[in-house]
Amino acid sequence: MLTLEHFLTVGVLLFCLGLVIALSKRNAIGVLMGIELMLNSVNLTLIAFSRFSTGPAEIAGHAFVAFVITVAAAEAAVALALAVAVYRSRQTVEVDQLDLLRS
Amino acid sequence: MDNAGVQIAFWVLSILTLVAAGGVMVSRNLLHAVLFLIVAFIGVAGFFVLLSAEFIAMAQIVIYVGAIAVLILFAIVLTPQSIRDNSETAMVGPAILLGVALTAVFLFVIHDTTWATDATDPGLSASDLGRALLSTWVLPFEIASVLLTAALVGAIMLVRSETEESEDVPDADA
Repeated sequence: MLTLEHFLTVGVLLFCLGLVIALSKRNAIGVLMGIELMLNSVNLTLIAFSRFSTGPAEIAGHAFVAFVITVAAAEAAVALALAVAVYRSRQTVEVDQLDLLRS
Repeated sequence: MDNAGVQIAFWVLSILTLVAAGGVMVSRNLLHAVLFLIVAFIGVAGFFVLLSAEFIAMAQIVIYVGAIAVLILFAIVLTPQSIRDNSETAMVGPAILLGVALTAVFLFVIHDTTWATDATDPGLSASDLGRALLSTWVLPFEIASVLLTAALVGAIMLVRSETEESEDVPDADA
């Protein structure tokens, strides 16, 4: 018998994996991949809550996920454009070498 | 949700998704990491089908696998070989520690709470979602379209700005 807890557990594990990837990767594109995984796990959690909801507004979960996907697409486009722009000016996208603001 | 097929699908999808996400973490080549990421996206789309959100599953495949993953692949391919390394910074230890601690806290909260759940399928279709997006959430819906336009124009501006002043780019058909 699958319950809400099963789906939430998968969502949590996926979120924390994404968090570790986003915090620890050296390459900016790797960090972006971690963020995408985190957004995906949040979508999974929202859909799971919507599916097991008792209230009348179950469609709210679906609508939220639609907006999250839209914002994720916009975010990916801007982040990758930033990565290309940063590579052009600094010849690197490694986040620990981008220390221009350090005095 | 007590159907045997659904249970098998759930466990297969869980393993597929989490192993693929782990592959993003451990693979040393950024290109392999993107391929693992695509598998993880497809696994999450499978979960959406399992949770009877077919439209969201299709949007997930089209947008994440079809657009975002290809965008990431292009960003990698357009930058030189030397930056395809996918190693970690010195902060990997604290990051893993934080991840494990956060997992423990979340798992405790999830299993300690008594969720008021209803296992019957609400039976939501794409037309319900469309009706909701254009009635209750019409303002965020319009703002999202403005956001997408602004983001794409911004992305194009970010990538274009330097090529024009550094050298004149020859025509594509010349």
